Amino acid sequence: MDLDDQANVSRLAEEKGTGEMIVILGQPDSNSAGLFAETVTRGDPTWAGPLAGVPLGLPVYHILEPEIKAQMDPALYQEHVGLMELSADVDDIIKWVKFYREGGEV
Amino acid sequence: MPDPAILASHYILAHGPDFVRYGSKPTREIESSPELLDQLTAALRPWEEVLAYPPNQTFIGNLTPDDLAAIPRPWTEHPVAGASAQGRFGRMIPQAALYGLMKLSDEFDLIAIDAALAAEARSALEGVFPHRLDRIVATPAGELDALIAAGSGMPLYHHGRTAGFLKAVHEQDASLDAHVLFENLACKATAVLAVAGVLAGRGLDPAAVDWLLNTGEEAVGDRYQRGGGSLSKAVGEVVGCINATGYDIKAFCSAPVHGLITAAAMVAAGLHEYVVVLGGGSQAKMGMKFRAHLRNGVPVMEDCLAGMAFIVGPDDGTGMRLRLDLTGRHPIGAGSSAQAIYQALVIDPLDRAGLKMTDIGRYAVEMHNPEITEPGDSGDVPRTNYRTLAAMAVFRGEIARDQMEEFTTRHGMPGFAPTQGHIPAGVPYLGHAQAAMHRGELQNAMIVAKGSLFLGRMTQLVDGVSFVVEPGSKTTS
Repeated sequence: MDLDDQANVSRLAEEKGTGEMIVILGQPDSNSAGLFAETVTRGDPTWAGPLAGVPLGLPVYHILEPEIKAQMDPALYQEHVGLMELSADVDDIIKWVKFYREGGEV
Repeated sequence: MPDPAILASHYILAHGPDFVRYGSKPTREIESSPELLDQLTAALRPWEEVLAYPPNQTFIGNLTPDDLAAIPRPWTEHPVAGASAQGRFGRMIPQAALYGLMKLSDEFDLIAIDAALAAEARSALEGVFPHRLDRIVATPAGELDALIAAGSGMPLYHHGRTAGFLKAVHEQDASLDAHVLFENLACKATAVLAVAGVLAGRGLDPAAVDWLLNTGEEAVGDRYQRGGGSLSKAVGEVVGCINATGYDIKAFCSAPVHGLITAAAMVAAGLHEYVVVLGGGSQAKMGMKFRAHLRNGVPVMEDCLAGMAFIVGPDDGTGMRLRLDLTGRHPIGAGSSAQAIYQALVIDPLDRAGLKMTDIGRYAVEMHNPEITEPGDSGDVPRTNYRTLAAMAVFRGEIARDQMEEFTTRHGMPGFAPTQGHIPAGVPYLGHAQAAMHRGELQNAMIVAKGSLFLGRMTQLVDGVSFVVEPGSKTTS
């Protein structure tokens, strides 16, 4: 996750408190989705950004997860996410985002 | 009016292990954590490994993308036996040759190198590069020591020792900072080698080139016009394009595809006969993902500068026709979802010509080597793009859902280009496409490039362009 995004997440968490926040990811593969999910839950694993050593523990979901899809207008979802839903390895992405969301053991 | 064609392509890789520390990311991180330099240095590959690395051999044309796809990953552990630095349409050079090219491209005596490096550089370029070798001269030891001691600039390293110095031009001008000049000179030097190579490969007299379009990403200029300058003529001057002028095209990663379309339009209009499109390497991007590579225990693979050059001229049957009626563009109003981008770049031009997605033999997208990007957070970029194209083919009813993998394999290829912005943007496939067309194995290919305009913080937009190539007229008759 780039440093600007980390800084934004960090600032929002500070200003609003983590209780009101949820992170929705759109990464196209499980590797990057996992890294982003790890960053907003356990802290930046690359130790390069503002979230290094900052385990925010934010609830993190991927836009391809059924919980998120169910809350969106189906036509809009199809228009903007339909292609990714078909082309991405959805199960693997969800597996890794869920892993960090639920505090899985490495 | 002539039909425009890409007549020749040439790709170079310059190994620069001692340049990696000066990449943007390593510079910043080593400054805050000096112990990282030793870790970085220990994870760099020797020349022999870089030479035999399968994606590199693919980049210079000695392996086809299909050959690469058949080699098991990790490619770092499957070196190519008997690998050659001379490619079928490219070349690899060791670091001493890179320093030599920078020295002979240096018009302002910015670089000083010691006698041992000068001798090694001349010998490495003998028989490889025909111009200006007499300019690779050493600075007397006492003088060089004084420069280094004065400290106004940056030391240059070779195999870990201090072997030279790059002088800062103007202490108060950040646009002429030693680091900036180092990046610009590295870009110029690698472009110079690529242009010389493409002209020699085609047998085109440098004096026959009318126009030069540099598409590299470096910002040349001083503080009053940062990035407003140009490398095109600077490169042409070194290799003897005495009748050419030119300018630079700036469009982030999509600049080479913009450049090739512009060049083809110039030829088609009868404005110029031979246009050379070129791009040197991005020094700032060396070692960009080194932390991820160290974390994953793999070599730091962003250890080469790349360069490329293409000759665009009238179709004489030997090259590939560039179909100006089949170009794609991403207009401002198109939207930036993956669907919108590929609709504009791929589907719209095909629809105009009444073609199906499966009518295109091969698509060349951003050809980043996945072995470099996967340890970071970027995944396998070409594969993600090919899966997206396959999904679009499903939406259009051209293939069934269970044929997506087959589409990806048949119409795509593994990434084999270094992660240097404009370098991977579709165009690394042009040399392979031309070879495949000459073998009669390929009827057409679509080159697709995207650019991250938002990086400059002036717009949230992305950019993109595409074109289709097909065999030259005489090869099809």
